[in-house]
Amino acid sequence: MTVQELPGAGAAAYRPTPPPAWRPRTDPAPLLPDPEPYRVLGTEAPLDRALMLRLYAELVRGRRYNAQATALTKQGRLAVYPSSTGQEACEVAAALVLQEQDWLFPSYRDTLAAVARGLDPVQALTLLRGDWHTGYDPHEHRIAPLCTPLATQLPHAVGLAHAARLKGDDVVALAMVGDGGTSEGDFHEALNFAAVWQAPVVFLVQNNGFAISVPLAKQTAAPSLAHKAVGYGMPGRLVDGNDAAAVHEVLADAVARARRGGGPTLIEAVTYRIEAHTNADDATRYRVDAEVEAWRDHDPIQLLEAELTSRGFLDDSAKEAAAEAAETMAAALRERMNADAELDPMDLFAHVYAEKTAQLREQEAQLRAELAAHQDEDEGER
Amino acid sequence: MTTVAAKPATMAQALQRAMRDAMAEDPTVHVLGEDVGTLGGVFRITDGLAKEFGEDRCTDTPLAEAGILGTAVGMAMYGLRPVVEMQFDAFAYPAFEQLISHVSRMRNRTAGSMGMPLVVRVPYGGGIGGVEHHSDSSEAYYMATPGLHVVTPATVEDAYGLLRAAIASDDPVVFLEPKRLYWSKAEWSPDAPTEVAPIGKAVVRRPGRSATLITYGPSVPVCLEAAEAATAEGWDLEVVDLRSLVPFDDETVCASVRRTGRAVVVHESTGFGGPGGEIAARVTERCFHHLEAPVLRVAGFDIPYPPPMLEKHHLPGVDRVLDAVARLQWEAES
Repeated sequence: MTVQELPGAGAAAYRPTPPPAWRPRTDPAPLLPDPEPYRVLGTEAPLDRALMLRLYAELVRGRRYNAQATALTKQGRLAVYPSSTGQEACEVAAALVLQEQDWLFPSYRDTLAAVARGLDPVQALTLLRGDWHTGYDPHEHRIAPLCTPLATQLPHAVGLAHAARLKGDDVVALAMVGDGGTSEGDFHEALNFAAVWQAPVVFLVQNNGFAISVPLAKQTAAPSLAHKAVGYGMPGRLVDGNDAAAVHEVLADAVARARRGGGPTLIEAVTYRIEAHTNADDATRYRVDAEVEAWRDHDPIQLLEAELTSRGFLDDSAKEAAAEAAETMAAALRERMNADAELDPMDLFAHVYAEKTAQLREQEAQLRAELAAHQDEDEGER
Repeated sequence: MTTVAAKPATMAQALQRAMRDAMAEDPTVHVLGEDVGTLGGVFRITDGLAKEFGEDRCTDTPLAEAGILGTAVGMAMYGLRPVVEMQFDAFAYPAFEQLISHVSRMRNRTAGSMGMPLVVRVPYGGGIGGVEHHSDSSEAYYMATPGLHVVTPATVEDAYGLLRAAIASDDPVVFLEPKRLYWSKAEWSPDAPTEVAPIGKAVVRRPGRSATLITYGPSVPVCLEAAEAATAEGWDLEVVDLRSLVPFDDETVCASVRRTGRAVVVHESTGFGGPGGEIAARVTERCFHHLEAPVLRVAGFDIPYPPPMLEKHHLPGVDRVLDAVARLQWEAES
């Protein structure tokens, strides 16, 4: 039976009857994002000099990290690398906006955010190198494992933030996802849970234009990804993802809001993926050079550099120092990644369960015997 | 703890008490799911927990299984021990990605630094006249996923003991509750002292000499009944209740089959690609020289779970088990 067919009632007369406790939000306007992405650079807004210089140095280091990691794929040292070149402002701001006790939930493209948060660059790359799925203890820096399935880490962020609040701890979770990930069911469920529970979570969508090859227009019919927030009952913010000062400010506001019990926020950072999806992708099949070039002119590092130079915050020596620090990082990364990873085949069975099952102990013995046999063969040949 | 004279209690009460005792002992144990709070669950398994421990410890969630399990993952990451209820077997499927991509392998991904001490309670199986999507036996999917423990009680005592063990486990446990046994009774007082049942240990429910019935969950009472009926034919059947599908207790199962020389695996789940194939293969590999006949399977038919008015033809009952037992007279026939 449809609403229209309800006996004795026209469609206009039909109203759901809410229980007394339910208070519908009568005015969604405060939740709606601004029509245009929020910008700071190029405006008269006051800037925190120390913060801006830190952002700048991290952006330069991040760009170099992306370039070095991409080079490592060509040398066969990394199986794959999904570059965040062009998106460094989002990556760096996400890391810097969190306090020590907060948690970061990165996706596979967010290696840089993890490194900017303090993770060892080599540990951050084990997934992509292929020596172990997660090369670090998530508790150490409060960084969840880099997540390969799309949006599935978002409910984890909600659950962790919820748990922390239940325990009375001052912890905010920041979860990162791409534009494609917003189409996944887990995105919806995470936002819904977060809003219902008023969990201290911030969702950062990096809208970089493409889900591998599929442009945003084929991904969603929403006015913006930030608009999706309204349906869940949380504020949506739209920000220029290449404006490091703006991303940092919007994220900082949302984190502060979550920290004081204001609940979750959805932020869409509009940015662009300058490189292909990964080194294995051919981006020329689905986008034109002119578009890429236009975004190169809106580069996050150039934007910040021009602003800071014109304000007198940044001089040549500071620029050189940032470039030098980035080179030092890259050289160290190169050197460490050029060493072969030392792997123990018996680790295959080490972490499946807290205690190995009888079945795994049998299989472990089998592999050990196989390895011993190979070793005997090798020695026999010598 | 005061000992009260034993009176008939149901499996539902035992499960409820297991959660209550665990929550009382350990403040990190949290129950969450659809309808688990005010209503006490559609089967009333969580009845009273929200009242006793508060809505923060026993939480009615939005209706979203992936969200329920996904948030439970985050809670476990922060040191809680979530006990998640999936209302019915087939309702758990939206949560499969979380279960398979994250719950089962978080310990492995993180080289042991982040375990997933959570329990996914799944009321499963048929026989209650449930309509479509309310009677699936999905254990084979769970069994095929490394990193999960898969357990299923068949008795009131085990319902308590295994759920306590599951909640205490540092690894994720898929806890399959045979929903048609929820109202089965035993001389087990909700107030009496109880034991925690170890995960990974099968138990001989009925000793016998002529053949072994290997079974679990809702098929255990069927096999016990069949074993009693078979005595009229001169068969003395041993019934092994697996209790734990993962880890699998090869030792108890194979010791039994070596004694009896014949085996039938009995379960509701489909036969093709079902648990019986794995069990029969394991038994054959380990006990071949002791076997007097092929290991047989009595399973549900290889069909989507039928509508309730036909389920009696699908579910393996006593007669079908006895038919299989008759077929075990392999040598006599050949």
